[in-house]
Amino acid sequence: MFRKIAVSAAALGLCISSASANEELLRLQRDPNQWVMPTGNYANHRYSELNQITRENVSQLRPSWSFSTGVLRGHEGGPLVIGDLMYIHTPFPNKVFALDLKEPGRIVWRYEPTQDPSVIAVMCCDTVNRGVAYGDGKIILAQADAKVVALDAKTGKVAWTVSNGDAGKGETMTAAPMVFGDKVLVGISGGEFGVRGHITAYNLKDGSMAWRAYSVGPDNEILFDGEKTTSLGKPVGANSSLQSWEGDQWKIGGGATWGWFSYDPELNLIYYGSGNPGTWNPVQRPGDNKWSMTIFARDATTGQAKWVYQMTPHDEWDYDGVNEMILSDIEVRGRPVKALVHFDRNGFAYTMDRETGELLVAEKFDPAVNWATKVDMETGRPQVVSQYSTRQNGEDTNTENVCPAALGTKDQQPAAFSPRSKVFYVPTNHVCMDYEPFRVSYTAGQPYVGATLSMYPPKGEQHMGNFIAWDASAGKILWSKEERFSVWSGALATAGDIVFYGTLEGHLKAVDTRDGKELFSYRTPSGIIGNVNTYTHNGKQYIAVLSGVGGWAGIGMAAGLQGDSEGLGAAGAYRSLSNYTQLGGVLTVFALPN
Amino acid sequence: MRFAPQLVAVMGCALAMGFVAPRPASAQAEEKPYQIENGKVDRGTYNGYRRYGNACERCHGQDGSGSSFAPDLTQSLKRLSHEQFAETVINGRQNVTSSQQSVMPPFGQVEDVVLYLDDIYAYLKARSDGVLGHGRPQRMAN
Ligand code: HEC
Repeated sequence: MFRKIAVSAAALGLCISSASANEELLRLQRDPNQWVMPTGNYANHRYSELNQITRENVSQLRPSWSFSTGVLRGHEGGPLVIGDLMYIHTPFPNKVFALDLKEPGRIVWRYEPTQDPSVIAVMCCDTVNRGVAYGDGKIILAQADAKVVALDAKTGKVAWTVSNGDAGKGETMTAAPMVFGDKVLVGISGGEFGVRGHITAYNLKDGSMAWRAYSVGPDNEILFDGEKTTSLGKPVGANSSLQSWEGDQWKIGGGATWGWFSYDPELNLIYYGSGNPGTWNPVQRPGDNKWSMTIFARDATTGQAKWVYQMTPHDEWDYDGVNEMILSDIEVRGRPVKALVHFDRNGFAYTMDRETGELLVAEKFDPAVNWATKVDMETGRPQVVSQYSTRQNGEDTNTENVCPAALGTKDQQPAAFSPRSKVFYVPTNHVCMDYEPFRVSYTAGQPYVGATLSMYPPKGEQHMGNFIAWDASAGKILWSKEERFSVWSGALATAGDIVFYGTLEGHLKAVDTRDGKELFSYRTPSGIIGNVNTYTHNGKQYIAVLSGVGGWAGIGMAAGLQGDSEGLGAAGAYRSLSNYTQLGGVLTVFALPN
Repeated sequence: MRFAPQLVAVMGCALAMGFVAPRPASAQAEEKPYQIENGKVDRGTYNGYRRYGNACERCHGQDGSGSSFAPDLTQSLKRLSHEQFAETVINGRQNVTSSQQSVMPPFGQVEDVVLYLDDIYAYLKARSDGVLGHGRPQRMAN
């Protein structure tokens, strides 16, 4: 009797906390005065209803206050604003600061974890972190050393810590967590170290594991049902992943989950993409290598896969599929669709029906893309051009002029969607590469790459980035604005009919949603690879962004991205990024004059 | 065949010792560790380019030119001797303070690096001496 009561009370308790966390965030994500999740809202719109700053007055925007994080390496992600507090985070050692908006820049609390510095050596491309999540009165941090830490949002006190992987094997964390219901979802990085990717939902209350779903492996570990899980409408069949690998290669099969998550509360589905298959040398892993390079729709409660779509079967170029899935209700060919729009590293933008996983549109969002002619809409497979196939050209052969480069037509830097204009605003890279695969052996905790790359702008061109407007229904670029370097900063669209983004040189820019015309530009202290957000305090609209150059873009800072000189018209026309900016994490907050 | 694994181990050891053993100063001054003819490099230097790409490029950037968080090795090799280079790569180095998180991992246990350390050195030295340009070098016919 006693036991029965205890059980039902516990069940009740769970129920209540689940409902409240859910409702609080569902409500807060719609409040334009705050910025409660890294992606703006669950749909990953990065859009704000705030309209005090408009295309007419944005030119008067000026810095209002700033804050140094004291950390030099690349600062991806962006601030959260909840009530009177702003939360910012840094790359390794992953400090978190809670700042008082009433006394701008005053530190209410700080969290400075001690992590083994050897973790730095197993992070692929700088020690970036894409932000913290909020829920249930806690701030959730995904640390580099693969620990998930829950901090009391008011005091910074550690509520719980849980280990999500083994950094000794190259399992690290860079992606921002996402809170949904009574759980928090985290991914894992390490695609260059032969890890096997997974996403894991932990219970917010105490950090206990709710479910984990691998990207590759047997059905019971990837949470697939061969009959019910579909790909382009057809059941995938039993052990669909295992059958697409030779031998045990899947055990170091990659499919890391280092990108963004989105959530449709009505469908109760979670969406995300998986990264490259283990080793960049395709010859060593025959088969489609499922489910690397895949868009997943999973049941939020159980993790069970509803549908999947592999964009780049048997990757030969490192085109990770982790970029954000933007959930938008738009018309596609005259039909209203609950759509999922995704700008992939491979240079194609996909519009899918997010309920069924039907593929509706797949078009290039940079005309330079050449590795495939198109996506076959029946099979969903890209039509690979032999000349650019590193697999067909083989090991120890240099495949030249493949566009895009491994860093993709777009990397993790998230796009924005304006429900007002129904247009997507996308930060992109305009970079090509030579790619030479070669044989490597796997050692736990050591890089498992197996290809040498050389990157440069498309032949005959001088710029390496574009900021574009995209029509996801027609699959067409509406306008495109050139940038000297890759645009590695997350965009923000607002009801003021403007879009913000940062540049690697360090400019925060605002452009007109109609034509991309530049309306505002301000040079922050360092290159921007962070994501722009907006909020209000005391009724006034602010724009906030982290600068601090680095990340994969920073690896090319000295010379890499300047390209091989023969490929360029005017010798020396390209100067390296280091001539434009220096390191250092700084938050800058902008406002209109009073 | 029974002895093969032991043999390999002994060879590996000898090779590793070879790297750290001091060389005659005169040889250092005279000998270039690379050969370049008509813009084409020897096998070792080419292999060094490739091994560099696999193990070092993700931090030290394309062509050894440095990144936002690891030094420009084309500059470092103007200053570092072959021994200092080998010592740093084998043992690694850490420089971690509250504002700096600089970690050069130790490669002493990594076969793909230790076995080809001289090749990596040759490639970087050629870059450092300014006799090798950007990108993938051309191999000499052999
Ligand atoms: C995880 C990133 C990382 C990788 C991978 C890496 N390095 Fe380093 N390396 C560093 C950092 C950071 C430093 C600077 C350490 C310091 O501040 O003392 C450094 C320093 C060095 C130095 C000393 C430079 C000087 O000016 O004193 C040499 C030589 C070097 N690395 C060679 C290599 C070689 C060769 C490889 C590949 C086998 C390699 N490194 C791989 C990060 C890396």
